[in-house]
Amino acid sequence: MKPFAYQRAEAADSAVATISRTGAAYLAGGTNIVDLMKLGVTAPDLLIDVTGLPLRDIEALPDGGMRVGALTANSDLATDPVLRTRFPAVALALLSGASAQLRNRATIGGNLLQRTRCRYFVDVTKSCNKRRPGAGCAAREGEHTDLAILGASEQCVATNPSDLAVALALVDARVELLTEGGPASMSVHEFFRLPGDRPERDTNLPPGALITAVVLPATPIARMSTYRKVRDRSSFAFAAGSVAAALDVRDGVVQDVRLAYGAVAHRPWRAYAAERSLRGAPATVDNFERAADEELAAAKPLRDNGYKVPLIRNLTVGVLRGMTEASW
Amino acid sequence: MTSTQRQPTQSQPAQGQPTQSRVQDAAQRSVGTASPRIEAWDKVTGRAPYAVDHPVPGAAYAWVVQSTVARGVVVDVDTSRALAEDGVLGVLWHGNAQRLESVGDPELMVLQSARIAYRGQVVAVVVATSPEAARAGADLVRVREDGMTSDTVLRIDHPALYQPVQVNAGYPARSAIGDVDAGLAAAAVRVDATYRTPAEHHCAMEPHATTAFWERGCLVVFDGTQASTAVSETLAGLFELPPQSVRVINEHVGGGFGSKGGPKPNVVLAAMAARLVGRPVKLALTRQQLFAVAGYRTPTIQRVRLGAATNGRLLAIGHDAVSQTSQLSEFVEQSAVLSRHMYAAPNRLTTHRVVALDVPTPVWMRAPGECPGSFALESAIDELASAGNWDPVRLRIDNEPAVHPEEQIPFSSRHLVQCLQEGAERFGWTDASGRVVRDPRPAVRRDGEWLVGTGVAASTYPSLTWPSTALARATADQRFDVEVNAADIGTGARTVLRQIAADALDVPIAYVEITVGDSAIGPATVAGGSMGTASWGWAVTKACRLLRERIERDHGGRVPTGGVAVRADTTLEIRDRPEFSRHAYGAQFCQARVSTMTGEVRVDRLLGVFAAGRIVNPTTARSQFIGGMTMGLSGALLERSVLDSRTGDFVTGDLAAYHVAVSADVPRIEVAWLDEQDPHLNPMGVKGIGEIGIVGTAAAVANAVHHATGIRVRDLPIGLAQMIGKLH
Repeated sequence: MKPFAYQRAEAADSAVATISRTGAAYLAGGTNIVDLMKLGVTAPDLLIDVTGLPLRDIEALPDGGMRVGALTANSDLATDPVLRTRFPAVALALLSGASAQLRNRATIGGNLLQRTRCRYFVDVTKSCNKRRPGAGCAAREGEHTDLAILGASEQCVATNPSDLAVALALVDARVELLTEGGPASMSVHEFFRLPGDRPERDTNLPPGALITAVVLPATPIARMSTYRKVRDRSSFAFAAGSVAAALDVRDGVVQDVRLAYGAVAHRPWRAYAAERSLRGAPATVDNFERAADEELAAAKPLRDNGYKVPLIRNLTVGVLRGMTEASW
Repeated sequence: MTSTQRQPTQSQPAQGQPTQSRVQDAAQRSVGTASPRIEAWDKVTGRAPYAVDHPVPGAAYAWVVQSTVARGVVVDVDTSRALAEDGVLGVLWHGNAQRLESVGDPELMVLQSARIAYRGQVVAVVVATSPEAARAGADLVRVREDGMTSDTVLRIDHPALYQPVQVNAGYPARSAIGDVDAGLAAAAVRVDATYRTPAEHHCAMEPHATTAFWERGCLVVFDGTQASTAVSETLAGLFELPPQSVRVINEHVGGGFGSKGGPKPNVVLAAMAARLVGRPVKLALTRQQLFAVAGYRTPTIQRVRLGAATNGRLLAIGHDAVSQTSQLSEFVEQSAVLSRHMYAAPNRLTTHRVVALDVPTPVWMRAPGECPGSFALESAIDELASAGNWDPVRLRIDNEPAVHPEEQIPFSSRHLVQCLQEGAERFGWTDASGRVVRDPRPAVRRDGEWLVGTGVAASTYPSLTWPSTALARATADQRFDVEVNAADIGTGARTVLRQIAADALDVPIAYVEITVGDSAIGPATVAGGSMGTASWGWAVTKACRLLRERIERDHGGRVPTGGVAVRADTTLEIRDRPEFSRHAYGAQFCQARVSTMTGEVRVDRLLGVFAAGRIVNPTTARSQFIGGMTMGLSGALLERSVLDSRTGDFVTGDLAAYHVAVSADVPRIEVAWLDEQDPHLNPMGVKGIGEIGIVGTAAAVANAVHHATGIRVRDLPIGLAQMIGKLH
């Protein structure tokens, strides 16, 4: 490991100023960046430990929303009783991630910045446009069973590994930041991005910015939301595919629906086409299937990840059907 | 090196006891008594030192540099920048490494030539004052490689496949009785199917690691190995030293599963590095490095052909196995060998073919041969049962041979039928009267979104014994020190050997100390092939009985002040054993479920019933069976090393990508064993139990998945990706 300096952040604004100036890296839970430093994937000269900053509060907002400090541990948020009532999909997504030890250590802000687990990204002897722009993508013709079927580019087929991010996309969460220019905020949909021809950028987070909080806006439909994660290993594995869903069915008709998919793209994939197809339609299996097919029409599976198309289709139908039956 | 210090529940002989009293006989037998591992406390508190945990003053640290091409030559190694790095003491590569004398394993001829035979081969070693400096130095070594087109993918139609003379463990590659094609032609029911198992890696908790130092011309190493005798002999050969000048200590080993069954490059490199820098050197491979350097189980492609008459009697068994080896040396997984004795049939053919690819050399991994072979054979038997509408338990019982069906020699003992019957009843497959109550129809049991099914498979593993030596010493205060160069790789070997010693001495176990894991004790065989307890235990038994006899005969039952010592060697006894077919057998039952929504496969229940001779220690034996079955489950559902054919390396090269079962995957595992008496084995009447638990598990799971869904999976692991498209 290359030697690096370590500092504890005294205050958020000075940490942001230092990072913006030096290109150093923030350290929160360290559950991803430390691994990547050991592998030589990233080699910051300076780590600024922000865990001492007062960013751990979980606030239940009077309008029905929540504000979650960026340094809240995944396990603390997952067990928050207000979250479990207002945003059950978020709690389920958190609990499905990693292991108990990692959830205790990992933070909400850090979770949004975790890097892809693409095998070619984490191996510095291999070509990866995300790690070294212009180097080429070894995954496209290599081992890519876990990689993207939607929104990928010639340059990059990586997936975002986060479960939490899928649930946040479902509820249109906002990410609060501190930048050199002062506080800022962006929608989770603006925050994550597709790889395009800039796969080295996972997110649209401004350089040097510190995530200070995640805001879950008041979302009545989210009280009827769920998250289903699929993987071969029962625990401690990233998703082969996942779906977050919220559904409001009255008199057999879909009043409102939200769907987001995980492990299929470079970002959490909000299934707007499927949502549009279902809104106002009878809540039937046929319609669920048609909606999934409309969303997945854009899928471009690679040689070995085509199983994700029927998987996501089945998940969409199965989860929506389960929620419909539960609402009767 | 003794490890018996902590036995809080056992009384020790009182200090200062009057000497030269008569040796006290044991009040009870120790063998058969459930007993926790002697070193359990040290293990769980982290006090048990592994190979690089031993504090050695002045140690330096080594880090390997690996090839990045699968085939080619090292053109040049520029060490100048590495040598300029702070703390770097030296860099070894083939241009400056000392010459080694060949001992027959080309994988150990490290840094001897420019040739690159696989990606990840060690091409240089950096030695420095700290692990960090060694690693930083390794990053600065510039290796110029000239890569050539490589060939890294096993295919059933590979033009370079050939039939070797022998397969692993010395069996002939081919065996034929009668005419399989004629038998198949005459059969009323036939199966002809091809099964595939992936490359797998052992992933022992302790990486391959060594501490080495030279002292007055002698080489001392602490090595994480299953075989310190073999390592010491190999090092003596490589470095042209008298055998007594090499000492290998492996007091505690953090798992091996076959990958530490012989010396690996780490121990040779550490010794070379220690000589280069003139101080002790520690070398621990990283998890990622292990995937190239420490061996793996070859992928296999196996065709099984079965033909049965209308009464379910097999007329023909054909089993053709294909596997890979490296360009360096030939290792042939003996996948078809179990088909030579599992079932009776007049027409039989088993073959093995292998191809040398530009890949690392495969090695033993947990039941080499039987593990992948049983997936194929025991799946095919299940397919035959479905095709013929026979109960799969009954079908196996109906094809039970009276003697070894190919060699026509008697079994020393064989209780497969009893294991199947006992297991079927315990599992609820049959009722108390033996009537089958399981509904044979596939894909008819639903539990919400899940389809549920049950499956069965048979298990077997050879009961091997290899010569070993042991030393037993009595002291005047009635202590008995027993030494045998066993390796305790987490099995409980030292615990059961102490039990065996106590009984052979006929003294209370508290009076016996056991020492293992040091080549200086004297030659003993590997902790492999499930033969440790039988082989070491025999030597221990012989030494202890001779010692007690000598005390009684020469000293009137009193140990003289100077003590008495006896060394025993079992070479002759083992050579002169009568000819028998010696195997352990078992039956495994599984209940599995498959989600119709996601294709996810989960195992609800596993039951194993084994007949494996006398069980020395029910506590450690249960752990061995459960551990084997867990590994079998893991292989059935998860384990898969994916090779990138463009680069020739395993891209799943760490535990984030190479998934082994976690606790949440492991269901209720029930284990039972029959009280099997076999007088033709060894003085203790034991068969090995280390590996049989993994044999048949994958087939039991696959057969349960078929019963649940109607889908026959012939490629391991059974994952959702291959289920999802087939479920309705």
